[in-house]
Amino acid sequence: MLQQVDRVEGLQRVNDFVVKFANVNGSGSASANALFAKSVLRMGVAVTPRNIFPSNIQGLPTWYEVRISDAGYLGARGGGVDLMVAMNPQTWDQDVASIEPGGYLFYDNTKPMQPSKFREDVVVVGVPLTRMSNEAYRDPRQRQLFKNIIGLGALAALLDMDVPAIEKLLGEQFRNREKLIAANIQALHMGIDWVKQNLDDPIKLKMQKADVVGDRIFIDGNSAAALGAVYGGATVCAWYPITPSSSLAEAFTNYCNRMRVDKETGKAKFAIVQAEDELSSIGMVIGAAWNGARSFTATSGPGISLMQEFIGLAYFAEIPAVIFDVQRSGPSTGMPTRTQQTDILSCAYASHGDTKHVLLIPEDPYECFEFGALAFDLADRLQTPIFVMLDLEIGMNERLTKPFVWDDSRKMDRGKVMTAEDLEAGKKFGRYLDVDDDGITYRTLPGTHPTKGAFFTRGTSKDRMARYSEEGADYQENMERLLKKHGTARSFVPPAIIRRGAEPAKYGVVYFGSTSAPIAEAEEQLAERGVTVDLMRLRGFPFGDEVAAFIAEHELVFVVEQNRDGQMRSLLINELEIDPARLAKVVHYDGTPITARFISGAIADRLEKSNVVPMRKVVS
Amino acid sequence: MTFIPKPKLHHPDLQKNALGYTRRDYEGPVSTLCAGCGHDSISAAIVRACFELDIAPHRVAKLSGIGCSSKTPTYFLGASHGFNSVHGRMPSVLTGANLANKDLIYLGVSGDGDSASIGIGQFAHAMRRGVNMVYIVENNGVYGLTKGQFSATSDKGAKSKRGLINSDEAIDLVGMALQLGATFVARSFSGDKAQLVPLIEAALKHGGAAFIDCISPCVAFNNHEGSTKSFDYVREHNEAVNAMDVITPRSEITVDYAPGTVEMVTQHDGSMLRLRKLHAGYDVHDRVAALTYMQERAAAGEIVTGLLYVDPNPRDMHEHLKTVDVPLNVLDEAALIPGSAALDRLNAGLR
Repeated sequence: MLQQVDRVEGLQRVNDFVVKFANVNGSGSASANALFAKSVLRMGVAVTPRNIFPSNIQGLPTWYEVRISDAGYLGARGGGVDLMVAMNPQTWDQDVASIEPGGYLFYDNTKPMQPSKFREDVVVVGVPLTRMSNEAYRDPRQRQLFKNIIGLGALAALLDMDVPAIEKLLGEQFRNREKLIAANIQALHMGIDWVKQNLDDPIKLKMQKADVVGDRIFIDGNSAAALGAVYGGATVCAWYPITPSSSLAEAFTNYCNRMRVDKETGKAKFAIVQAEDELSSIGMVIGAAWNGARSFTATSGPGISLMQEFIGLAYFAEIPAVIFDVQRSGPSTGMPTRTQQTDILSCAYASHGDTKHVLLIPEDPYECFEFGALAFDLADRLQTPIFVMLDLEIGMNERLTKPFVWDDSRKMDRGKVMTAEDLEAGKKFGRYLDVDDDGITYRTLPGTHPTKGAFFTRGTSKDRMARYSEEGADYQENMERLLKKHGTARSFVPPAIIRRGAEPAKYGVVYFGSTSAPIAEAEEQLAERGVTVDLMRLRGFPFGDEVAAFIAEHELVFVVEQNRDGQMRSLLINELEIDPARLAKVVHYDGTPITARFISGAIADRLEKSNVVPMRKVVS
Repeated sequence: MTFIPKPKLHHPDLQKNALGYTRRDYEGPVSTLCAGCGHDSISAAIVRACFELDIAPHRVAKLSGIGCSSKTPTYFLGASHGFNSVHGRMPSVLTGANLANKDLIYLGVSGDGDSASIGIGQFAHAMRRGVNMVYIVENNGVYGLTKGQFSATSDKGAKSKRGLINSDEAIDLVGMALQLGATFVARSFSGDKAQLVPLIEAALKHGGAAFIDCISPCVAFNNHEGSTKSFDYVREHNEAVNAMDVITPRSEITVDYAPGTVEMVTQHDGSMLRLRKLHAGYDVHDRVAALTYMQERAAAGEIVTGLLYVDPNPRDMHEHLKTVDVPLNVLDEAALIPGSAALDRLNAGLR
């Protein structure tokens, strides 16, 4: 029986609310959820979905939170949910509790619920999804899947979504399978019709067509990074499955199967090996790169830990390698399906002995693609491991992002590789001879020349001609040159992006990676509280001169990051020798993506606590 | 300094192979291992095998892990690129190198500590992937560089130089290689050059994962009474199942053998292995029987040597991966990068 408890005036919003789907893992809800998000996108409205899922295959709760924003905000908003689509009895109480006052609860009312299970300050909308589905379908799997589509139809009607757009999406999803398309459209309309016949427009959250999306595309960061690897010319991928990075290697496999199979012979212009562990993955990457193939691995924190010894070898023996680190909450297994930026230090200084590595830090799928391709040029150019630092938030969620671009005249930068012709022409070759005074030396690839250019690669100390040496002077000269090379890397790493206000601000905010999504919104919230800030987004390590300059020109700089210890702040202090008092730590590390509300709250509170007078005085 | 180059002066009458190289062109700098070390004999056998097979030195990539055995690639094939990698991880580095360029010959040199202890996982997985390589374990049953600890291939009951008795079971890498799908498996003894050189030659000519377990006594720490890896012990207990010659198009057949005692095995590349059977019932093509035989003879205290198993037509990793015919490391932008038009289409599908 219909249960509509309508005691409150619901929130009224257009194109600006948060919908959360509470699902059971493995129930087939993911595809209907994604359809919902993409339908919003097709209406020209900015949409940002996030998967919230446990480390589990089937049965445990999952959530899909969709932020719809006409202002174009892509960060998690924080706070309660405006519309909860509660499909999981297991998490009912917690889901109902998370609704904003005045928000909406959408649920399957096939079975009656006790009145005590509802809240008086939310609008409850019940639709008998299971009953409709069971009446229409016999097969249990069909009942489950079409129930999701009936639900989507009901929501579409309730929120005034563009139904033809959803139908078109279904047509694209099941291209050339006309029966499936028709069945899905039928289920969709079952939901729409029921709402129209039985409900009197209970939800005041509405969708309207807009033009916020532009030419942007919708893709997850792992796929974008994998595509970057394809365009970066990677031919060897060795990996070991680990959440949240597995989908990067799998996406690379899919793209290669589509774009890298020789049309005439059907043979692969790539080699992908699922290794026995992360040690083996990085070993293969190093072996392949030593032999002149562009190679990479994708992993997460525990994998980085396992690779430490090999990373030291690649640093010291100067072998290119690209490592995509899709960060998750550590230490140990930590929260393997939750996001964090927590491997900054373990990558920047990976391995034993004195090491410093190059990091690229993308903010979104567009940069995952850009930096994904760039990483291979840098690895060859600098002959060292390059880390591309994603996180789960970027890697595993579809995000609205600028369309990818490629310049067809672009060539792979293979760095300083001496060829047989060079050697034949009498060019002097010494593997660790710094002929250009930039710390980067020439290498040769195995098999190059019958009598010239062979050398021995080793993790032990050596002299400039790559001969084993335990002489202190040889060792030190080599270590100093490696430091010089790291300095040279500064000119290759993408510089920080700085945004200053019209007038000089006293405070600066440093952030990076997935924190960029909520930053614009946080800045506006700060402005409302009378705090003006300048912004600097770090995009890599080593830091360029602009980073130290930005910090120097502000009285106090907030370093916003998603880990407990303020790892980027430590790196800044350590590398730029900055007085720690000048860098304030703003850390968010509960595994959920950082929100604008958190950032603005933490910064404003801190300033108020230290009795700093706001830039714009509030006149009473 | 521990790098000792050898003088470049050659005797003018030094024999040359088909490529015009002398034996000296396959050597490296002077070994810094102990005088009399079995490993140096294996290096010499590698030099001779490459010379006799007319392999251009620069077409070989030699890789190793860490330990005495893993130092040896410095001491042979000085014109080859070498890679002394991480302890127990040579197999992954070699696998990666092979992925990048399937046209080179990959020679992996490891030890019993490097392959049977810290690197047993990588050893196992390289075998099961069918990496086209020659993988030699210079097996002395002892950690030499760290002064004489037992390794995982030390036999149960063997006595260390300090008088300790090993109470752990030995790991038999030959048995593992057989079980894990290596397509060429042999065991030899560094003191038996006549057996070892042809085995290395045959392995170099093999197109899949070739494994040679070479017992190589450690003169410093494991050559005493009570050791089961000493020169004397191995000589006394060595039971070769066959003797082999590798016949290349250049070599002449000079000796006739009684019918039934010789088997010719033609490998995929056309090289022929002439096997003289020393044990009448032994079949080099029966993986299961080989495993049983090895275990029976080991229980009887024998060290079985010779070519133990060969699949003359192996499929290697690249065949499994269906890679293109040219090495991946020569593919250029035109071959690898789908271009802006493909990217635009992709963008369009993501809206």
